[in-house]
Amino acid sequence: MNIRSQVSMVFHLDKCIGCHTCSIACKNVWTDRKGAEYMWWNNVETKPGTGYPTKWEDQDQYHGGWEKQNGQPIRIKSTGKARVIPNIFHNPYMPSLDDYYEPWTYDYQNLFNAPEGADQPIAKPISMITGEDIKVEAGPNWDDDLGGSPIYAANDPNLQGLTEQQRLQLSSVERLVFFYLPRICNHCLNPCCVASCPSGALYKRGEDGIVLIDQKRCRAWRSCVAACPYKKTYFNWFTGKSEKCILCFPRLETGQAPACFHSCVGRIRYLGVLLYDADRLEEVANLPDEQLVEGQRSLILNPHDRDVIRKAQSAGIPDGVIESAQRSPVYKFVMEWKLALPPHIEYRTLPMLFYVPPMSPVMANTDNGLTNHAMDSLFHGIDASRVPMKYLANLFGAGHEGVVRYALGKQLAVRWHRRAETVGDVDRATADRFLREADCTIEEADEIYKLTSLCTFEDRFVIPPMYREQAIEMIKEPHEQRAETGFGFVGGPRRGL
Amino acid sequence: MSQHFLDQFLFVALPYVCLFTFFLMTVYRYRVQSFSYSSLSSQFLENKNHFWTVVPFHYGILVITAGHLIAFLMPRSLLAWNSVPWRLYVLEIAALAFGILTLIGLVGVIVRRATSVKIRKVTTPTDWILFGMLLVQTVSGVSQALIYPWGSAWFATSLSPYLWSIVKLTPDVSYVVAMPWLVKLHIVLAFLTIGFFPFTRLVHVLVIPNPYLWRKPQVVRWYSRHTK
Repeated sequence: MNIRSQVSMVFHLDKCIGCHTCSIACKNVWTDRKGAEYMWWNNVETKPGTGYPTKWEDQDQYHGGWEKQNGQPIRIKSTGKARVIPNIFHNPYMPSLDDYYEPWTYDYQNLFNAPEGADQPIAKPISMITGEDIKVEAGPNWDDDLGGSPIYAANDPNLQGLTEQQRLQLSSVERLVFFYLPRICNHCLNPCCVASCPSGALYKRGEDGIVLIDQKRCRAWRSCVAACPYKKTYFNWFTGKSEKCILCFPRLETGQAPACFHSCVGRIRYLGVLLYDADRLEEVANLPDEQLVEGQRSLILNPHDRDVIRKAQSAGIPDGVIESAQRSPVYKFVMEWKLALPPHIEYRTLPMLFYVPPMSPVMANTDNGLTNHAMDSLFHGIDASRVPMKYLANLFGAGHEGVVRYALGKQLAVRWHRRAETVGDVDRATADRFLREADCTIEEADEIYKLTSLCTFEDRFVIPPMYREQAIEMIKEPHEQRAETGFGFVGGPRRGL
Repeated sequence: MSQHFLDQFLFVALPYVCLFTFFLMTVYRYRVQSFSYSSLSSQFLENKNHFWTVVPFHYGILVITAGHLIAFLMPRSLLAWNSVPWRLYVLEIAALAFGILTLIGLVGVIVRRATSVKIRKVTTPTDWILFGMLLVQTVSGVSQALIYPWGSAWFATSLSPYLWSIVKLTPDVSYVVAMPWLVKLHIVLAFLTIGFFPFTRLVHVLVIPNPYLWRKPQVVRWYSRHTK
């Protein structure tokens, strides 16, 4: 057993209101620079929808992630190992700016400088790359709230496997439905971007599992951009370097939640440590599709288990981190309650950002003019929900409905339990039956309710101590640096010629 | 007399200045400005003509450069290979083909950069100077293959000794002064390109990713351990 710790995340989609505050927080802190204007390390998509970059989930087009064919060990779908060499001049699966969008601003000066004329002056959109006028035809959230649209929602790759009737329902006015999918880098356990980098510039930090790109070693071979199935590594067109979400590690190291987590209005984001067994990564990444969700869960170790604690200590994981793992909200959502699921685990990167699948709007029956919001069967309510189960299964269960049904059932049972407690229009016996059907006790339901609805900053973000100040002493000798100006000057990045 | 000084300048002084600049500045840039070592790919901004221009250019110039290096490093083996006529023909035709491939690719690359508004934004004056040098160099190289055939033979017998005399610090220009001006131009421009190398995007040639094929797929860096 080779125990490592990983800073992991849960996004509770049932709470996301799609306000993009997270995206803006991230943009302002990290990507408001030349060459990075088009990047949204954090973006929010409307689902069903095509997302950003357009149709990123269509791996027949983008060739991201790992592929497993007829019993062979997994391999990078785009360009791994030997295939890098003939493809290094031109990456065959590199998305281009057109797959994202051309960033633009507005010519505000024209409002002040326009000569006197018959019409009001306008601020024309101008490209942030060429500086010339552009016709804005795409953006990072271009299909925002356009669930049901025949151009965007209908092209969602997750609609695969849905019956014609289900597709029609998704776009019919009365049953139209959408939800939001905020996305950042998943800081995967088996990152395809890292494995594809010919320069060895991408790496996973041993202590906390954050995936980073060494800007000094990146040579713009672009393999990571093509390899990441979530399209969360971006190419900076100006500096000629790839960039990605850094999980705000400078904030984490000082005990603050990442900017997108911190600013989340819906309080949908949770962050905490998970301990996992790195020795079994290869085995799990090679499992058949239907076993992947369970397989990934089997990697994650119980931080309360004495044996695990002892082995973690001998693996050099500090007690503070283990203690933090024991309080991790992510462990509760993923392992104890099994409410949170990895996105598209069939890409086999073993993402460490988990999503609590969203509930559809509660459907009501109208009976003789009376609206009845109660129902008599837990899973009938889920199976008849507006978002087809198959759709959510394609997103969060590698196409298999079981784990998604379980997560939705438990959420719904908690809802009924709380209704019996607070509203009183549901009798206790029904609520108890639903809880039983959903494999949930009253104590667990109350705990889920608490961490979902009444969670404070401290409940949501259990940030482990990073011990960087101690770790750096292993490499740098503080006494040698004494009375100097820190650990050397940090030069600004200068683009090559 | 002045011809003598010119030869000494072009084929002795200039090569040493260029080689010195190359070694010093490449190392200096790698140590001080390693961030600037990048292929500065423009595929992201323009992906339609990228394949048909960049790929022929790179395959062409790599094979041609390798050919020059072989003639420089192993002139005897090359002459032995050429001792059978058909082998000489094969070599000459292949060299010409890759030279033309380089030329087509290079012209394509230049046209692509010049016509795409987006790529022009990431093209510096240095790039244009470099393109000019490479274009003249490629044209002069291909013309030599046409005008003065059997270059693989006369390079090995006449130019390889000159290049080795430079390396051995006993410069002997007698081999090159008798060459036609086109060949001289090619030599001078080659050294100028080497001298200009560390100031351009060409440095990406030096950071080709060889360890990738042998390393484990996943890379983990520990702050607290000395392993990478």
